[in-house]
Amino acid sequence: MKLSNDEVKHIASLAKIGMTEEELEVIGAQLSQILEQFKSLSTLDTENVETTAHPTSINTVLRNDEITNPKATEDMLDNVPRKEHGFVRVRPVLE
Amino acid sequence: MTSSNPWSLTISEAHRLLASKQLSAVELTESVIERIKDTDSKINSFITITEESALESAASADSIISKGEGSLLTGIPFQAKDNICTAGIATTCASKMLENFRPNYDATAITKLKSAGAVLLGKGNLDEFAMGSSTENSVFFPTKNPHDLNTVPGGSSGGPAASVSAEQCLFSIGSDTGGSVRQPASFCGVVGLKPTYGRVSRYGLVAFASSLDQIGPLTKNVEDSAFVLEAISGNDPKDSTSNTENVPSYGKDLNGDIKGLKVGVPKEYFVDELDSEVARTVRSSIKILEELGAEISEVSLPHTSHALAVYYIIAPAEASSNLSRYDGVKFGYSHSDSTDIWDALEKTRQYGFGAEVKRRILLGTYALSSGYYDAYYLKAQKVRSLIRQDFVNVFKDVDILIAPSTPTVAFPLGEKISDPVQMYLNDIFTIPANIAGIPAISIPAGLIKNMPIGVQFMGSHHSETMLLKAAYAYEKSANHGFLKPSI
Repeated sequence: MKLSNDEVKHIASLAKIGMTEEELEVIGAQLSQILEQFKSLSTLDTENVETTAHPTSINTVLRNDEITNPKATEDMLDNVPRKEHGFVRVRPVLE
Repeated sequence: MTSSNPWSLTISEAHRLLASKQLSAVELTESVIERIKDTDSKINSFITITEESALESAASADSIISKGEGSLLTGIPFQAKDNICTAGIATTCASKMLENFRPNYDATAITKLKSAGAVLLGKGNLDEFAMGSSTENSVFFPTKNPHDLNTVPGGSSGGPAASVSAEQCLFSIGSDTGGSVRQPASFCGVVGLKPTYGRVSRYGLVAFASSLDQIGPLTKNVEDSAFVLEAISGNDPKDSTSNTENVPSYGKDLNGDIKGLKVGVPKEYFVDELDSEVARTVRSSIKILEELGAEISEVSLPHTSHALAVYYIIAPAEASSNLSRYDGVKFGYSHSDSTDIWDALEKTRQYGFGAEVKRRILLGTYALSSGYYDAYYLKAQKVRSLIRQDFVNVFKDVDILIAPSTPTVAFPLGEKISDPVQMYLNDIFTIPANIAGIPAISIPAGLIKNMPIGVQFMGSHHSETMLLKAAYAYEKSANHGFLKPSI
């Protein structure tokens, strides 16, 4: 199956990845080629097969909501690209 | 001091010399750092070398040893793949996105190794965000295979595999999502183990595909693999998917006796893509097991041929979700040249991620998007059940499986980088173990035209003890020793 330029553009916008026209062209062709490889799956009858999301059985693990690292806020801010007065600075969301 | 170079020791050899005070941890670390300086301009296995803190750790290891305390790993120098968080030390994932990222915490595997007294030498190169099979997707530089500098070391744990091969460390830890420990181990002639899913905590391992990711050791031999696995395994409250099973002493049962062990040879692994020389090597490995008294039988894992498609839907789908956190706001690269929040987000991800990472995010986004979810993601999850069931069925009849690790030996740099489908085919024999969550190990099986090739053993969930026992017996009997590159 061949992905159109518009389809690739749509996926890129869902993934929030900017792309040049040239990149769209190249990646569109590559994705189409990769999707071609997935065709074999449609030959399998999976009507009554359960899905597997995890390879081993997992349970919900709970713990008390306790502060274990009081310095965490300070530490985390170390890696924030734009900050002010202990806050993370973001660009305007509302016009 | 010993007459040979300390950097050429295995973990158990070094431990004996350290414990008997014939060698100090500082001398060992100095020797290894010297070796890195001599060889890494050719191999490029390290992104970061932490010489100063390594020597400090070695000095404290010496004081622990002088009190007669410590573990097998006390004073043993290692490299960690650069997608495993190290407090205060850059953890880049070989990506522009995290080029300047310094985590303020250690991954649990690192915490465990540090508390065992192991000495962190630095961080190993990888394909960006562990996506790739050649380490050519690193934003910094490609790593070279120590056995032939014109070929790739494999990937994504190319740095960790090449560094053990070139004896720049006594062991390393990598991560394996679809073969990223075993495939480079096969290409570089070292032992690479992917434990059962959840055996080793994923806390602090930068997430790629959370239902597949697992940290594992790369070592010069099977015994060392058992030692490192034991040190990094165990339940972790910080990873809710980590197993609660007790950690056995993996190294205790290595005695070379595998009489009566039932070994299955899955016929679906002997396909057209498998190089004939590699097939011959696997056949002679089977013969070795037979001579050791193992009972060999052919078995079938009928859905094997679908594993690649399942993997390249599920892993990118999970990656597209995991990598949505890179938004230029909280940490990592941030595109500064825009005022609008959406434009900043799109440009941060456009310039922060490399081509393969973008390709996989888009592939995953597509497989999860409205209208395609059922045909791709849901279908892949169902076929994942079929593949997993194949293994459950086969392990009712046999104890372990033997198969090739990789279809070929290491390929030349640049050969496959522009053809993603060809590159993905490298993982056909390693992916099924990740899909099913079972443990698997690649052990050097010899050389083909001077290049190493591995053979793979797989076992049922939590069968690491048996897997290592079989691997040890095989290694002893194959008797080719550590495949030293002539570097």
